Amino acid sequence: MKKIEAIIQPFKLEPVKDALHKMSVQGMTVTEVKGFGRQKGIREVYRGMEYQVDFLPKVKIEVVAPDEKVDSIVKTITEQARTGRIGDGKIFVYPVAEVIRIRTGETGDAAV
Amino acid sequence: MNSGDTAFVLASAALVLLMTPGLALFYGGMVRSKNILNTLMQNYIIIAIIGIQWALFGYSLAFGPSQGGFIGSLSYLGLQGVGAEPFKAYSETIPHQAFMVFQAMFAIITPALIIGSWVERFKFGTFLVFSLLWATLVYDPVAHWVWGDGGWLKGLGALDFAGGTVVHINAGIAALAAALVIGRRKGYGTEAMIPHNLPMTVLGAGLLWFGWFGFNAGSALAANGLAAIAFVNTHFATCGAALGWMVVEWLVRGKPTMLGVASGAVAGLVAVTPAAGFVGPMSAIIIGFLAGVFCYLAVLAKPKLGYDDSLDVVGVHMVGGLWGALATGLFACKAVNDAGADGLFFGNPAQFGIQVVAVVVTMVYSFVISVILLKILDVTMGLRVEADEEVAGLDLSEHQETGYSL
Repeated sequence: MKKIEAIIQPFKLEPVKDALHKMSVQGMTVTEVKGFGRQKGIREVYRGMEYQVDFLPKVKIEVVAPDEKVDSIVKTITEQARTGRIGDGKIFVYPVAEVIRIRTGETGDAAV
Repeated sequence: MNSGDTAFVLASAALVLLMTPGLALFYGGMVRSKNILNTLMQNYIIIAIIGIQWALFGYSLAFGPSQGGFIGSLSYLGLQGVGAEPFKAYSETIPHQAFMVFQAMFAIITPALIIGSWVERFKFGTFLVFSLLWATLVYDPVAHWVWGDGGWLKGLGALDFAGGTVVHINAGIAALAAALVIGRRKGYGTEAMIPHNLPMTVLGAGLLWFGWFGFNAGSALAANGLAAIAFVNTHFATCGAALGWMVVEWLVRGKPTMLGVASGAVAGLVAVTPAAGFVGPMSAIIIGFLAGVFCYLAVLAKPKLGYDDSLDVVGVHMVGGLWGALATGLFACKAVNDAGADGLFFGNPAQFGIQVVAVVVTMVYSFVISVILLKILDVTMGLRVEADEEVAGLDLSEHQETGYSL
């Protein structure tokens, strides 16, 4: 099992979610996050005061999946979240040691 | 007694009251989320504290029988003798109590305006004492000078229809005193101090615009043609100012902003306040548009001047009020209101001079007394919260609560 963690542009959440749903990904966790990469920050102006805002709003999606589905999920997210411009985000894939469904106590792939 | 006038003034009093919670939202949106409740709280509790001050002795000091033109006597202490019969010196057609409670709302919002200068660092207890003393020693006398029967600035012929000098210049210059004496917020100029909820600010500006019709039109103290004139001027000046701020900001910075338009609207409301019952509608549009321009430029200058008037009370209320008071001396026209005067543009340069005197006297008096009060409070109660409390935010350190939880 692997955990796929994708940090994407907030407006790309809907197409990514819909595409994952179509390929029968059963669940995901979404968080509003802030950060920066090569895109760097932006400048904001409030009345006379100008501020450099380094952390930009992004959305983090976390999906845990059986090993054989990981490549297709990563491919789907990459296709759906891409605009081709700087700031599209990143995908990280981690090994998952164990999954337990709290309601039934099932473990492993059956619990994903 | 006239039932239409009475109904109108009572409804106007309710509209003016709504401006203070509106101001709470206008200011609240501009602070950081850790100080939202402290900012709302100051605006809210001032309704209660100045409300009671007004009933006990504030009204009497401001509108009681004049003692040499400088202060009212204590004959209305505890609202004694303030009943359902008219107080003929102010209005023959509404109950004395209606006039008193309408004026109470002005007494409340004036010290509330100053709050914007010291948010995010001022001790809550000291704020309460300062506001009570300032209302008693600054607002009540100045209201008496300009509006009181026998007040010395009124006798001079100064025009202030609904409180440009008494309310806005008075509060704006006190805000400058407060920003200078209390000092900057920790991290000012190095940390980003970004408004945490601008939609809240825009809602507040909307409530101010709405309530201001009571403030200005209600100041006619009757449901008559003058009230309509003040209502119309209030609206069109505000339109002009929102537009003026947006245009000049767009030219200077390249982008029009929502905070700018909301601030411009408030600047226009401030500037038209003294002029509302004395000028024509085209003059009001010019006064408003230029208020938007002047106040934006004043706000731009603040970072260069170095003081931390956090929410631009000086830039919007003092500068807008100054412009409005002087513009009244330019654009006032007896054809609009016979009880007023002609201004400079209508062949009476002397009126402009009288306006200048009223403005300068108010500024000097309010600034000096505000500085003295703050210096005394500095050594007795302390002005600022501790540095770590300021970092944690005043919601937690002063009130043990937070505005937003998961």
